[in-house]
Amino acid sequence: MIQFRNVSKEFQTKAGNVQGLDGVSLHIEKGDIFGIIGMSGAGKSTFIRSVNYLERPTGGEVLIDGVNLAECSEKELREIRKDIGMIFQHFNLLMQKNVLDNVCFSLKIAGVKDKEAKERARELLKIVGLSDKEKAYPSQLSGGQKQRVAIARAIANNPKILLCDEATSALDPQTTKAVLELLKQINRDLGITIVVVTHEMSVVQEICDKVAILDEGHLVETGNVETIFAAPKSAQAKRLILGNGNTMEQMHGKHCIRIVFKENSSYEPVIGNMTLQFKTPVNILYANTRDLNGTAAGEMILQLPEERETAEKMIQYLKERRLSVEEVDEDVFSGSN
Amino acid sequence: MFSAEVISMLQQGFWETIYMTLASTALGYLLGLPLGITLAVTDKEGICPNRVVYRILDIVSNIIRSIPFLILLILVIPLTRALVGKSYGSSATIVPLVIAAAPFIARMVESSLKEVDAGVIEAARSMGAGPWTIIFKVLLVEARTSLIVGTTIALGTILGYSAMAGVVGGGGLGDIAIRYGYYRYESDIMIVTIIILVLIVQVLQALGMMLSKRLDRRNK
Repeated sequence: MIQFRNVSKEFQTKAGNVQGLDGVSLHIEKGDIFGIIGMSGAGKSTFIRSVNYLERPTGGEVLIDGVNLAECSEKELREIRKDIGMIFQHFNLLMQKNVLDNVCFSLKIAGVKDKEAKERARELLKIVGLSDKEKAYPSQLSGGQKQRVAIARAIANNPKILLCDEATSALDPQTTKAVLELLKQINRDLGITIVVVTHEMSVVQEICDKVAILDEGHLVETGNVETIFAAPKSAQAKRLILGNGNTMEQMHGKHCIRIVFKENSSYEPVIGNMTLQFKTPVNILYANTRDLNGTAAGEMILQLPEERETAEKMIQYLKERRLSVEEVDEDVFSGSN
Repeated sequence: MFSAEVISMLQQGFWETIYMTLASTALGYLLGLPLGITLAVTDKEGICPNRVVYRILDIVSNIIRSIPFLILLILVIPLTRALVGKSYGSSATIVPLVIAAAPFIARMVESSLKEVDAGVIEAARSMGAGPWTIIFKVLLVEARTSLIVGTTIALGTILGYSAMAGVVGGGGLGDIAIRYGYYRYESDIMIVTIIILVLIVQVLQALGMMLSKRLDRRNK
């Protein structure tokens, strides 16, 4: 559906050339909810704008359903964009138009007649749960409501793809959850392929099937969300999954391990049993459990006793209980401080 | 206080001033609006960047704006004669007024359009909107309030210019103020014309602000 072949984008700035994307190859399949995650400046924004050619890559090829965008004229690109909806961090609604007219806007660009556009817009507002707000202006709506209007506008022309550029970054956690739920529903009911760009791991975990990790314009890791979450390979992936900032600063001690719980083991008091058996306490530095597409999963960072032998045995004990265990090396943290 | 003659003269002056101001502003927008749109669109941050077009319009509008109006008034007399048939009177004054107002209006239109959130323009592009759609359905709509405020300012400025045209017999209240106040030392008539001018500006300003506020959907 969406294919990136060795895509690069170089920006010319006064301070010299900046590489926004560097040889990114990626395949996003129909029906996927695909997450692109990375720190700010990683090239996420450039990536998502290359999908609909709002930004023209300086190298490589972008193919949408086999059509090479580089070979399209500006007019052809406009036609292709009508099949690719997009929503934004700051919603980008027309502030001088009411909710109904905002939704009609994309329909009219696609050449839908006034009366039909209004009918269709009302249908869409029903889908996003804003039927009672059609006469309201964006300034009268909350952030979550504005994003719902933007979603209605983006899917109005029955696009094949929906691009979400940090779509929940300006929203509070509850609203984020509701908006993500809506996106999931759209993906499920309408079969729209969704590409989500975010800097928040929780967003990826909440809705994505697959994820790609971008760092300084490079694609460092890609795969199923569950696989990458359970066993991140690259340093960048570890940093994103473990989070960064304050919680990590206290974890500089030796013998730190990260364990990941899977559904079968999260009901058993593994850590409690372990300390009872070894009669040695462990220090829980960080713990987090989340709902991963319906299955419970969690992670924990433990500081094991200084004594090497006990520590080794503990790791053995945890591994026997089918937990994924990895030693947390210090460079994971030093990069994030 | 004044004779019927003076009162009818002031009345005539009032209507001449209104006529000059409104006609010049309307014609000024006829030229200035497309010019301003072109400036905003061809700017390097615009939707169709074009360095050459931008630079040419930029320089031309700066040149015209840097000529003092009084000089411009005299400078364009041959053109005025060719267009109107005479170089004095309120209809003749409209010619230099439009020439002075157009680049000024263009600049205000340009700055209003540049205030439009780049994100909204990007959203329109992502929906497959072309440049014309963006200009008419996004830029002019979203900048509506700012454009109306700009028109209010333009009206006030053009009114001021029209009064200046009195020096060369341009008609209107400014003409009366100069003839009676400056040449004949009848300062009472001059003061009345000034009061009328001030009132016109106040009313135009109030109307413009009210309209722009009424039409703004951002703060309801």
